[in-house]
Amino acid sequence: MSTTAGRPEATTLHPPTPVVRVSVPKRSVGSELRAIKIVWQRELIRFRSDRIRIVTSLVQPLLFLFVLGAGLQRLSSAGTHGVALKTFIYPGILCIAVMFTAMFSAASIVWDREFGFLREMMVAPVRRSSIVIGKCLGGATVAGFQGVLVISLAGLVHVPYDPLLIAGIFVLQLALAFSITAFGVMIAVRIKQMQSFMGVMQMVIMPMFFISGALFPAVGLPRWLEILNRIDPLTYAVDPMRRIVFAHLTISPAARRALDPGITWWGWHVPALVEAGVIIALGLVMLGIAIWEFSTTE
Amino acid sequence: MPDSVAFVKEMAVTGNGRAPMRQPAIAVRGLVKRFGELEAVRGVEFEVETGEVFGFLGPNGAGKTTTINMLCTLAKPTAGSAEVAGHDIVRERDDVRRNIGLVFQDPTLDAYLTAAQNLKLHAELYGVQSDLVRPRMQQVLTMVGLWDRKDSPVGTFSGGMRRRLEIARGLMHSPRVLFLDEPTIGLDPQTRRSIWTYIDELKEREEITIFMTTHYMDEAEWCDRIAIMDHGEIVALDEPETLKAQVGTDRVTIHTDDNAAAIAALADRFGITARISEGAVTFGVPGGEEFVPRLFAEWDPARPPIKSVNVSRPTLDDVFMSYTGTTIRDAEEDQAHHRNRAMMQMMHGSRR
Repeated sequence: MSTTAGRPEATTLHPPTPVVRVSVPKRSVGSELRAIKIVWQRELIRFRSDRIRIVTSLVQPLLFLFVLGAGLQRLSSAGTHGVALKTFIYPGILCIAVMFTAMFSAASIVWDREFGFLREMMVAPVRRSSIVIGKCLGGATVAGFQGVLVISLAGLVHVPYDPLLIAGIFVLQLALAFSITAFGVMIAVRIKQMQSFMGVMQMVIMPMFFISGALFPAVGLPRWLEILNRIDPLTYAVDPMRRIVFAHLTISPAARRALDPGITWWGWHVPALVEAGVIIALGLVMLGIAIWEFSTTE
Repeated sequence: MPDSVAFVKEMAVTGNGRAPMRQPAIAVRGLVKRFGELEAVRGVEFEVETGEVFGFLGPNGAGKTTTINMLCTLAKPTAGSAEVAGHDIVRERDDVRRNIGLVFQDPTLDAYLTAAQNLKLHAELYGVQSDLVRPRMQQVLTMVGLWDRKDSPVGTFSGGMRRRLEIARGLMHSPRVLFLDEPTIGLDPQTRRSIWTYIDELKEREEITIFMTTHYMDEAEWCDRIAIMDHGEIVALDEPETLKAQVGTDRVTIHTDDNAAAIAALADRFGITARISEGAVTFGVPGGEEFVPRLFAEWDPARPPIKSVNVSRPTLDDVFMSYTGTTIRDAEEDQAHHRNRAMMQMMHGSRR
């Protein structure tokens, strides 16, 4: 600011700054993409600033992997044909690690509602669907990061660091995380309180995890469990994950048959790609429901 | 000169020397909002002129927030229509949104982010030209006195600072209408005063219309015009001075040891209906100062003695009282009961 000679500036509480007038453009595809990016970005910023969450959401998977894996090793050695139990449950752990993180991302919708940030987004000149899509992509990205941390542990459970293996796991993890976030958002739109949301999640996630075959081969199960196993969506994430991991292990054919039997539908051996398709399709359906729900709430 | 005649006419209509206005900033026609059985807003109707500071006054639960939510396109009206900044709130939702700024009753900032990040996110969300984001940010943050704190996380801000930041954010995209929902609630007197300083500054420097709700009567006085809302309806709408003049009585408050006896005495001797408010007996009479000598001269010595008297000019509280029959505070207590009951019913009703 320049002052003309001999005319001192008036002293006010705060010196007046020039008025800058801006204008808001009409809504367009560009503005929707920008909104998706903003929601996605915010998810990353939040994750980065919440270091405790990075640690806490890893504790449970690591407990399963190392404590359960080491503790039950002796009991199970008869049936694993020389493969360490840790190695066997590792694919399941790869899944559950991203599930927890994705869940937490979805939970922040409830949190944001409680603390109002969501309202700020909801009055912006953007579609609600952009908010939901950004949220799901953000959840998937954050969970993918968490997944990388678990992938980096592969050496500890005798799984080789093969680029193809890592890429395969990573893509599957992203797909799973996206679907789980969509599922979480779908639930979160309906639930207004954090405690109830966490309760519902606990009730859904843990049974899904136990039934999925993350901790046992999905073959020769009692009839009721087999049916539940085939219905459980997580089954279709754990199984291809295990196939990818086991494809890179050098183990006996007997061990392969016992530990990586694959999933069958009425005797038909379901290919890994179809399984991954199931996960993605479910994710998209839930995304659709979440968008619809979100657009109709006031 | 026909032009100046038109101008004088305009002046007569707007009354207080504001520039002639073209299109109203807000035009509301028969707006209704029902939540199941509960009719929260019952056909309100009003216009807000461009450049005006318009106050929406009423107890909690009177329907103020519901009305604001409809005007901001957050809720769909059950019936009726409204235009904000020239756009229909139902059919042209996005155009309304581009032209309004909002400061909510509950904080909606992201405490993880810094003040500048919060504003930047908002500007991006609204698609503000990126080269103007920083200068605009500097302007609004300087106004609310937070420019030097722009890189601090919002989590470290006090309640007053957050509210100021929220006002700054609401202004980031140069809205034509700024909605403030109870902007000063729960703030210390100093922050309340400074928020009013910003409102005055805004009125002076930007072409902006401000629509605010409040239940602080003293603040409502500073609005250009106010609408009083009660039980979902607008019961009065005018400039504060006009409304006060219409009351026509002064407020007299007396303290005694026996309020019930004092009320009876007032009724017997002077034919005045008095009531108890905040532990004292209060009533309205024309010419309050002249009434006081008469009060003492004619007070029955057998009645409990008057310990003190206070006479005041009518306030907006009296305006509120003359239209609704209760003070805003009493109405609030009443409404709280009412609302809790309604909420309970709604919750039970929706539970399957």
